[in-house]
Amino acid sequence: MTDVTAPSQSKRTRAAPSLLARLEHAAPWLALAIIGVALPLFDDSYIGVIAQRACIYWILCAGLNLVVGYAGQIAIGWVALLTLGAYSTAVLTAGKVMDAWNPYLALLASGVLGGAFGVIVGLPALRLRTFYFAMTTLGFATIVTQVALAWTEVTGGGVGTPGPEFPWPFNPEWGFYYFCLLLAALATWMTANIASSRYGRALIAIRDAEVAAEASGIAKPRLLMTVFVFAGALAGVAGGLFSSLQSYITPDAFTFDLSVLFFIAILIGGRGSILGPLLGTILLTVLPEFAAPLVAWSTFLYAALLLVIVLVIPGGIADLLDYKNRRPLQQHREIVARPELLARVLDRSKDAKPGAIELKDISLHFGGVRAIDGLDLAIRSGEVHGLIGPNGSGKTTTLNVISGYYAPRSGTATLNGAPLPFGAPHTRARYRIARTFQTPRLIGGASVLQNVMIGGTIDGHAGFSEAMLSLPRHHRDEKALGDAAMIALQTVGLETLADVRADRLQHSELRFMEIARALMLRPAFLMLDEPAAGLSAEEIRRLGALIKAISREGVGVLLVEHHADMIFDVSDRVTVLNLGKMLAAGTPDEIRSHREVVNAYLGG
Amino acid sequence: MLQSIVSYGLAVGAVYALIGITYNVMFSASRVFSFTAGMLGMLGGVLGALFINKLGLPAIVGLVVVLAGGAVLGVVTEFIAVRPVLKSIEQHLYVLSTLAFALLVQQFTAIEWGTDAQPFPRLIPIGEGWLDQKFWLPMLACALTIVGLEFLYRRTLVGRAFLAIAEDSYAARALGLPETRLRIASYALAGVIGTLAGFAGAQILLAFFGNQAILNFYGFVPVALGGMGSNRGAVIGGLALGVFQQAANFLVGGIFASVAVFVVFIIILLLRPEGLAGASTARRV
Repeated sequence: MTDVTAPSQSKRTRAAPSLLARLEHAAPWLALAIIGVALPLFDDSYIGVIAQRACIYWILCAGLNLVVGYAGQIAIGWVALLTLGAYSTAVLTAGKVMDAWNPYLALLASGVLGGAFGVIVGLPALRLRTFYFAMTTLGFATIVTQVALAWTEVTGGGVGTPGPEFPWPFNPEWGFYYFCLLLAALATWMTANIASSRYGRALIAIRDAEVAAEASGIAKPRLLMTVFVFAGALAGVAGGLFSSLQSYITPDAFTFDLSVLFFIAILIGGRGSILGPLLGTILLTVLPEFAAPLVAWSTFLYAALLLVIVLVIPGGIADLLDYKNRRPLQQHREIVARPELLARVLDRSKDAKPGAIELKDISLHFGGVRAIDGLDLAIRSGEVHGLIGPNGSGKTTTLNVISGYYAPRSGTATLNGAPLPFGAPHTRARYRIARTFQTPRLIGGASVLQNVMIGGTIDGHAGFSEAMLSLPRHHRDEKALGDAAMIALQTVGLETLADVRADRLQHSELRFMEIARALMLRPAFLMLDEPAAGLSAEEIRRLGALIKAISREGVGVLLVEHHADMIFDVSDRVTVLNLGKMLAAGTPDEIRSHREVVNAYLGG
Repeated sequence: MLQSIVSYGLAVGAVYALIGITYNVMFSASRVFSFTAGMLGMLGGVLGALFINKLGLPAIVGLVVVLAGGAVLGVVTEFIAVRPVLKSIEQHLYVLSTLAFALLVQQFTAIEWGTDAQPFPRLIPIGEGWLDQKFWLPMLACALTIVGLEFLYRRTLVGRAFLAIAEDSYAARALGLPETRLRIASYALAGVIGTLAGFAGAQILLAFFGNQAILNFYGFVPVALGGMGSNRGAVIGGLALGVFQQAANFLVGGIFASVAVFVVFIIILLLRPEGLAGASTARRV
């Protein structure tokens, strides 16, 4: 659960990391690389086979790690794709069904096939709840094995089919080992690149705070499908290598135990880390070899390990290694926002045309309850619009209608005169409509800086494969997003906490972090849902000044609040709701002296 | 052929239905989907064969001991795999903890009992052919369970407390109901129902450690399609699944029957994620 431990992690510009820090970061990778390359010096074919197996398992786990550890999708039946890859490589090279293929070509084909089936196995994740999805992946694993057993003329049924031997240059034992090692290194490099890119951050956002991910413009279906293709392709390649390692494959080789091993290796390693699951995979592959009597008990031990991990150290190995986040934070921290930096964050000179979001006659029902009943509301550029009312009067619901979470039964919404379609919350970021939440939606496992960078996801230019291959455009994205996030953090006064894990922050700091995340979108409209809740009087005063300053940069602000003083201080216009209906609307002075409002809400 | 499809299908379907009810009883009490449902079914067969075949206990004593064992395991599940992860239920750690616990038990069974399917004794020599005990016993167990549960839920105070917890555990706690004790009792009850399912169906399914995965999946299908928490959905769905599976088995062969069930299951779930009779999703924001 850490700042991603990736070899290619972009170095932030504000302070070049010291040589020591860089060495510290690279040390485990260097050690693994040296051990990996030097292993043939042992000249022991038994070690060789174990090492090959560890590499092959890791190729699969590297991809699965993005699905399980990053995106948080409980895919426990991933062995199905290993089976598929193994059989497709074996069958294509055997030449029984058609002309025999070159093994390297067959391996490539297995990767492609794995990618395609990765989508099929992953598709239910878009619609189904956690346990349901876990069950469907289990079902896939069972079905694939049964088909392998039944389709005798192709797979050889229970008797099995021989796996290929790879020709020159990776032919005999250690040659094949180097081939596996090379592919494992490649898989590590690619996943580490993805993990440290905006796509990796978006995956963690989907895992920890799906709603915030949507509000930042992350389209979950597309991203998840891409990752399923990637993870499926790696599993397919791993399967192809596995068929060569086994030299003869039968359906028995692909038990559910193997799936459990992959899954547990990742969880032992820790969610949101690359190094952790890598160590976990090596550990689980090697451990049974050292204790031969334990082989029969290995799955039993894995299960016990999983139970202990879940109950005692949910963060896994990565959490144990993450000593930086155990250093105590400074007590009595004070947040001092710097509104003077806003001009740099918002940078609205280019497209700063004043406009408005206008709601007309919006009505929304929850069952029999009228949550909003014929509401008119306009949020204009450069103004703060306060929205107040008792609990349950429809304030947050109004905000949710604008940000696309609810589609009202009737009424229209326009943005700068053009219709603003209801539903589809992930489209709001494109319209430069940003928001915060009543309870802060933090990505607990990521650093504060990464949390803020999420807000700028849609401003990245590099595609998934560019990020995967660490191409220049990806580096430009990372630098731009990192710099912008740093300025946004300085603006709200949290820059000293940039590297701290977000779940260690105080409540008030999370509120400011959410505002920084919203600012990353360079919003034309910003909607704040009770930003002052839980803040001290002094913090509320600073927050008010910041909100005022944001609006003066040309942003239209909708402020939902209970702190009447703050609303009247900051707002240019105020709308009062009661039971879903508009009770009053006008300038703060008009509202303050409005008799019904005073009676219903403000109190005598 | 039709007779054997129907009798065999309904018998297996009754076991699926009971496993579905096992899921439901645990879910109602804790909002947890537990992988231990299939485990209980598997153990019903294995423990029954152990006590009656191997140790020579009378059938009725064997049944009582098996059910008692199921209740104990249910309580152990609650303590080890459910209670510690309840406070952060939105993280879905229960998927992992119950899976881990069920795997532990399954592997222990595989090592101590063996990985071969072993026969289960014929207990009551009544009926022949398609009226054989192995067909009517699961259906009888299913019927008794439904009647028993209806009686419990509608006529007894404890049963009403169960319903209150299932409806709104927060409000139930505010009313002073002992939520924790009721949850433990629910898990014990689930243990009894799950092992009863395995015991009653063991002549068909045999005493086999691999039944765990099969029952986990086929017991889940009816509740997923019928809506989680609905016992009516579980029974109708379970029986329908059993008959459909047998019909497909006879008509197109075993493998394609499994593939067919799986494909239908996935497609229905993708179209209706909450099940055919389920309600809409909760508010997210």
